[in-house]
Amino acid sequence: MGLGVGRYRNPPHPLPRSFLMDWTILSFLTADALQNGTIYALLALSLVLVFAVTRVILVPLGEFLVYAPLTYVWFLPAEVSGLNLQGQIPGTAWLAAAMLLWWAILDRTNLRRAGLLALSALGVLGLAWWGAQGVPLWLGWLLAVLVVLPIGPASYRLFFEPAKNASVLTYLIIAVGLHFAFMGLGLVFFGPEQFRLPAILGGQTTIGLVPVNNQAFLVYGFALLAMVGLFLFFTKSIYGKALRACAVNRYGARLLGISPSQAGYVSFGIATLIACVSGMLLAPLISPAYFQGFLLGLKGFVAGILGGLISYPLAVVGALLVGAMESWASFQASAYKDAIVFALLLPILLWRSLQSHELGEED
Amino acid sequence: MKRVLVGLLALGLGLGLAQQAPLKIGVVVSATGPAASLGIPERNTLVLLEEQVNRRGGVAGRPVQFIILDDASDTTQAVRAVRRLIQEEQVLAIIGTTTTPASLGMIDPVAEAGVPKISLAANLEIVFPVDEKRRWVFKTPQTEQQMSQPIVRDMAASGVKTAAYIGFNDAYGEGWARAFEAAAREAGIQVVASERFARTDTSVAGQVLRILARNPDAVLIGGSGTAPVLPQRTLRERGYRGLIYQTHGVANPDFLRVGGDVVIGTRLPAGPVLVFDQLPPDFPNRQVATSYVQQYEARFGIGSYSTFGGHAYDAWAILRPALERALRREQTTNLAAFRRVLRDELEATRNVVGTHGIFNMSPTDHLGLRFNEAAVMVEVVKTPAGKLDWKLLRTFR
Repeated sequence: MGLGVGRYRNPPHPLPRSFLMDWTILSFLTADALQNGTIYALLALSLVLVFAVTRVILVPLGEFLVYAPLTYVWFLPAEVSGLNLQGQIPGTAWLAAAMLLWWAILDRTNLRRAGLLALSALGVLGLAWWGAQGVPLWLGWLLAVLVVLPIGPASYRLFFEPAKNASVLTYLIIAVGLHFAFMGLGLVFFGPEQFRLPAILGGQTTIGLVPVNNQAFLVYGFALLAMVGLFLFFTKSIYGKALRACAVNRYGARLLGISPSQAGYVSFGIATLIACVSGMLLAPLISPAYFQGFLLGLKGFVAGILGGLISYPLAVVGALLVGAMESWASFQASAYKDAIVFALLLPILLWRSLQSHELGEED
Repeated sequence: MKRVLVGLLALGLGLGLAQQAPLKIGVVVSATGPAASLGIPERNTLVLLEEQVNRRGGVAGRPVQFIILDDASDTTQAVRAVRRLIQEEQVLAIIGTTTTPASLGMIDPVAEAGVPKISLAANLEIVFPVDEKRRWVFKTPQTEQQMSQPIVRDMAASGVKTAAYIGFNDAYGEGWARAFEAAAREAGIQVVASERFARTDTSVAGQVLRILARNPDAVLIGGSGTAPVLPQRTLRERGYRGLIYQTHGVANPDFLRVGGDVVIGTRLPAGPVLVFDQLPPDFPNRQVATSYVQQYEARFGIGSYSTFGGHAYDAWAILRPALERALRREQTTNLAAFRRVLRDELEATRNVVGTHGIFNMSPTDHLGLRFNEAAVMVEVVKTPAGKLDWKLLRTFR
């Protein structure tokens, strides 16, 4: 017994069939590669920055990337998010506040700093409460970034600073542990499902034959801004030069009065900021969920490795390469996509590791 | 005076129930982890049933106790939970678990101990073929094979000649690929592309491009939860204008929330309970489905029900009469013998109307559903109020 559904005719595809097979496919794949590659590039830049200054491979960076947009969901009006949260404060705010408080307790000998940290812990909760009460979209956007941002530097103070002068391997183990902890917390805070976020720029623009989401242009814009910004920061500003000094030789930098701890906070802060903003811009295109950060971070890491974790331009090139391989593999043999991407990288990594000696062993 | 009498009566009844040892049923569900959106309604349903059954005097005068454990969507934990239920809790039967891999993993321990189990997962291999081990295993959810039938019939009725498939690169997606491709071949529909993506993917442009290059009349997306929104959105963004089908794995409110306007017009097969209030009046499981949804919503809120809880309801629907019959034949103190009798009685299930269909078990069929009552075709529509909702498209009776 049917309920009477009309017969359906497939309308002709907008593009002629023969044409679809070559140029169009290439340009579509390139557009996809560029979008993914740009995100990997942003993550790779952050990872290289953090590694150069602190010798930490910041595995949980991917979690920061999804924390920001998921927090933003909690600040959205109910009719946009489709959730009924009733002014609930997102878990990330409690996490950030708790970490800042802990930091304050650790630094209790420096009363002024401890006081400031305790105040900012309260501030984060206040911002989150304000956001959860219902604010305009743009304000919620900013608040989400501000709420998640302290988690980065606080992670450095709480988990890496106590292990001063540890080996790269020790730092890596701590970082992997943090990644699992943050991912688990992400599940507790935001649940297992994905969320839909409003795009800042809706709609598509067709370039040649390829429709590109307008939101993607914001990602590209931010990537350019971040690259130029980092370049100016490192070449022009005194803080940037201090960070570079730390990266080149920590001992020497200390002799010149540069505090490695401070350099650590700043580098973690910049990396978290880049990750948060990238996440906020990318989120409307991917429907974020707590589990999505890790793979993005991993591919950013691979891109960074292609640049030996020291070279920013090579990291960007590596990121675009990973993006290109990925889109090619997903077109050719989607069932083996990730396997192909990582397998193709093996020879390059091997070559790189033979080229560079004792990567990361300092002084 | 009357109140005192009622009170005394209730007390007596309560004491009477309390004196009898409870009938212990073990339950394993995925209340946390990636399958939580399926496992939570299952757990809620069983909690609801336990209260209700005991309020009405239990089964054959004895109270029922569900011992509910969470496997966190993990096979190892599911197997550990089953062993604990069998050895420490001495349960009569086991209901669970939510996911296919873990349900497959539970077959060995229940078969070794000789405990009947009713799985809440989809895959056919959990109960087929019925061999020495699977003798002990039953299940309530429809298989991919059964759910493929409505899809290809709807495709054929809509004049679809060529179709493409894109599904998860895991057991769920592969199972659907096999089932759908076989059903499509039978119906004379050509499957022109078969792509895979990961639940965690953030871009499926490559796969979608390959599908577009073949220009199929329809695309089936084989995934569950909210992840299948991504290929659908990419298809629409890239200008695909054909029909898009999803599987019953997306029959949850989260899919509509994440999908938004992009998923309007999606067609999917689903258990009839999803559209309980739109079923034709003579649909055999309409009444059971309606009453289940009303009870569930009364307890957990309007709009909170999903089809997955219905599978747990159905598990109890076949277990309860089997328990009653087994209690007449054997003492529960004689545990091994009672479990054997209970297994035989489960296999003898006839004409049990559940929320998802009519169950008729046999020694070769431990699911006992026919897709004619167990599946309907549903479409996602926008209501005049601007909300997305499920609309009944066709039934197959």
